[in-house]
Amino acid sequence: MGIKMATRQAYGEVLIELGEKYKNMVVLDGDLSKSTMTAEFGKAYPDRFINMGIAEQNIYGAATGFAISGKVVFASTFAMFAAGRAFEIIRNSIGYTRANVKICATHAGITVGEDGASHQTFEDMALMRTIPGMMVINPSDSVSTKKLLRQVAEIDGPAYVRLGRYAVPDFYKNDDIIEIGKGNCVREGKDITIVATGIMVNEAFLAAETLKEEGIEARVIDIHTIKPLDKDIIIKAAKETGLIVTAEEHSIIGGLGSAVAEVVSQNYPVKMEIVGQMDTYGESGKPEELKKKYGMNADAVAAACRRLLNK
Amino acid sequence: MAFKNLEDISNNIRISIIKAVHAAGSGHPGGSLSASDILTVLYFHEMKIDPKDPKMKDRDKFILSKGHAAPVLYSTLAEKGYFPKEELLTLRKLNSKIQGHPDMRKVIGVEMSTGSLGQGFSVAGGVAMANKMDGKSGRVYVLLGDGELQEGLVWEAAMSSAHYKLDNLTAIIDWNGLQIDGNNDDVMTVKPIDSKFESFGWNVISIDGHNIGQIIDALSQAREFKGKPTAIIAKTIKGKGVSFMEDIAGWHGKAPNDEEAEMAVKELGGLW
Repeated sequence: MGIKMATRQAYGEVLIELGEKYKNMVVLDGDLSKSTMTAEFGKAYPDRFINMGIAEQNIYGAATGFAISGKVVFASTFAMFAAGRAFEIIRNSIGYTRANVKICATHAGITVGEDGASHQTFEDMALMRTIPGMMVINPSDSVSTKKLLRQVAEIDGPAYVRLGRYAVPDFYKNDDIIEIGKGNCVREGKDITIVATGIMVNEAFLAAETLKEEGIEARVIDIHTIKPLDKDIIIKAAKETGLIVTAEEHSIIGGLGSAVAEVVSQNYPVKMEIVGQMDTYGESGKPEELKKKYGMNADAVAAACRRLLNK
Repeated sequence: MAFKNLEDISNNIRISIIKAVHAAGSGHPGGSLSASDILTVLYFHEMKIDPKDPKMKDRDKFILSKGHAAPVLYSTLAEKGYFPKEELLTLRKLNSKIQGHPDMRKVIGVEMSTGSLGQGFSVAGGVAMANKMDGKSGRVYVLLGDGELQEGLVWEAAMSSAHYKLDNLTAIIDWNGLQIDGNNDDVMTVKPIDSKFESFGWNVISIDGHNIGQIIDALSQAREFKGKPTAIIAKTIKGKGVSFMEDIAGWHGKAPNDEEAEMAVKELGGLW
């Protein structure tokens, strides 16, 4: 594995590059620019950076106003407050008008860590993917974050991009091809498929390495685009491997696991296990401790695979 | 345009509102009638717009934050020539472009889809900021209901619009005093409205929202005022112009039956 970088850091870096390319791009934030990493954009392009204060509903209302005035808008805050607090503004003002607003939400999931349950969102992907026309992106590392954000900026329409607080290993190389709406098979295997998203892609890869030592060949697929979902790669995996484990740093209700189950059950039913946050709140702790306690690490993924394989 | 002409136009709009809501069998006549004079002055006197060139650069924009008053917006747009008046009778019907609440993707002339209260006001702030950023002369007008002021988002937007000195933004409060469940004062007090906006950093003008001259003057003052957004607190009467609807909360979201619609249209001097 290469260097470690938080996906929010990659977001901050690519914003500068996009700001140069798109002169009609603006960035909105809500008093969290040093955490969401939009602050550097603010330094580079002070005239195109707007701090909306601690008022998340108004961030996304104003973002809509900029978008319907012809701007490419990136609007950031923590995922909890974007997808959660501002949900209905995102649904009715951004989604309904198909406004060109990129909701780049950081600090998603359990790896927020010490801030604890109030800041750890496990509901955001479930909420966002029910909005008609909303693209939902959950990158696994800094390389794919940058590649995906460049494509997101190019598309006219709303998108929710889920980013993390803590540093994760770079999984991809710069010459890897990452395309919105296309899952990436990052490891071949015939016995079982692990469909993972976000930081769980790396965990799934580590789980597959462990399983290999036990004689199990697990395929690993990165679904960085939760919506529109790459149905083909999932149906193919169901047909070829017969068993699917999904892995996400998100509630087991409504996220990747649900999305994959919707595809599999209607096209080629196979047995599945969904690895993610059980129907419970998180708590304070170090990211690695929390991943272990709440069952969102390589061990949890490997255990789920063994259960499905009856081994 | 002479006051008399504007009064006649507003009257025509009121007739259209009654006919549209009656044809729909549901909808919001009360808060549409209370805002008719305000929209008339905006669309036929104040705003720089052209129905033949609806996407004109530098045009002024109107956002109906109290989106349930869609009948007054549609009736005004039809009166102005954005679409044929006959289409008003398709209000709220399946496959109609004039939805129960305004949809900017369906109707040319509707600048923002609204319906969920507070959001149009927040969006208007964004549009005003974008106009300033781009050096566009277009002004932004947004109409809010008084009950709508109970939404927290309204005050987030009021704060940011003052912070960013959006003097190209004018909010008009249709203060008819009533909401679905009754008087504002009984449901949730919104008074004092003027000093609330003043304390949030707005220029505030209080007027009679049915006095064409006062509406014209207030909008003119708002246009000239620099450094702050302007809030025009327009005291209005819910159901204005139809005697049996006036000042009755029950007419917030109810369509007149055949007999009532005929009575209303005739009272307004229209043909039934």
